[in-house]
Amino acid sequence: MASDTLTHGTNTDHNADQDNWGGGKEPFKASYGKVMIWYFILSDAFTFAAFLITYGALRFSVPTWPVPDFVFSTFPGGFHHKPLLFVTFMTFVLLTSSYTMVRAVQEGHRENKSGVVKWMVLTIFGGLGFLGCQAWEWTNLIAKEHVTIFNNPFGTHTESGVYLMGDGHDIKEGDTFQAGDSYLIHFHDGEYKPLQYKVTSEGPDKDSVKEQVMGPKAFGALFFFITGFHGFHVSVGLFILILVCINAASGLYVKRKNGYEMVEKVGLYWHFVDLVWVFVFLFFYLL
Amino acid sequence: MSGLSYEASKSVALKTILILAVITIVEVLVALAGKGYIIEGLHFPHAFMGLVMVVLSITKAYLIMYEFMHLKYEVPTFVKTILLPILLLVWFVIALLVEGGYYLNSRESVVNPVKTEIEK
Repeated sequence: MASDTLTHGTNTDHNADQDNWGGGKEPFKASYGKVMIWYFILSDAFTFAAFLITYGALRFSVPTWPVPDFVFSTFPGGFHHKPLLFVTFMTFVLLTSSYTMVRAVQEGHRENKSGVVKWMVLTIFGGLGFLGCQAWEWTNLIAKEHVTIFNNPFGTHTESGVYLMGDGHDIKEGDTFQAGDSYLIHFHDGEYKPLQYKVTSEGPDKDSVKEQVMGPKAFGALFFFITGFHGFHVSVGLFILILVCINAASGLYVKRKNGYEMVEKVGLYWHFVDLVWVFVFLFFYLL
Repeated sequence: MSGLSYEASKSVALKTILILAVITIVEVLVALAGKGYIIEGLHFPHAFMGLVMVVLSITKAYLIMYEFMHLKYEVPTFVKTILLPILLLVWFVIALLVEGGYYLNSRESVVNPVKTEIEK
């Protein structure tokens, strides 16, 4: 057969299925596929780094920025004022799926087919769970809080004052606030309704009546673009995981006798997705 | 692959995921404690919080790359080809954050150039 001739012609090793390296001594003691998935990951890491560093630059370029523990404080089921709880939950879902992926790779190394399939199915459920959480978070931000890529209703007060009207949610007429406090401008009847307030902090503007202003515009675009790009990576990872899982279950990798290397490669990609989330979590939710 | 037995690598994986979970919880608790959510009125300085978060996140990244992605068990030259390019990002971070700070400082003159001219 043609493929047999090709392998035997270029390979000095006895086991043609296991080793297709034809260039003499392997410098990295890793297969071509594994080396290349690592370099793909490296280049993808630079793409994500560029996005996240741009986020940092734009955040540094404006006087105030939406405070994460104010913006991300809702939890499914109508809970409010639970800062960072939901995103921590999301992080745990993704971390757990990374662990089940490690277990799948380990089972692969000892050629345990049912073990590989079992742990990969669990990983797939973890990935689906994470995407579900992200879908909920996006829905909440878009439909309830009306953040768009052009509008960001999350603002920060730069002076203290007293509200002259309530918003029908958390703020009542007469409530006071300090400089640095966050607010959300609610959206009713097709438009954002900023509240009026009287300035109480000392200065030339004391006792003047002002209106809440919208927060820095870039926030919405950066949030949806970066978490969206990460979510896209998760989706692609899920697609490949499902393919590899079906292949593993069908016994394809048994024949290759290379310790389920394909599972190891998709595992590397999956851990990378988790690795990126560590930094998305850092930039958007912790800092 | 890793030179560890199946049982040993299993326990390493479990230990790693537990450390990752603990670090994540610590990060969130510091983030909340530093803004007075846990003890009323307690606030940590921004720089301190930032430093803690960055150090803990890099620790997490190290654990994921070295244990989960098996970088610890690869050939050192291969590891260098992956890690050394990442050092370029150090300059990238410094350059763009300085740039962001510059925008902030020149915002007055950039945002209202016409207004300043009239007032003269």
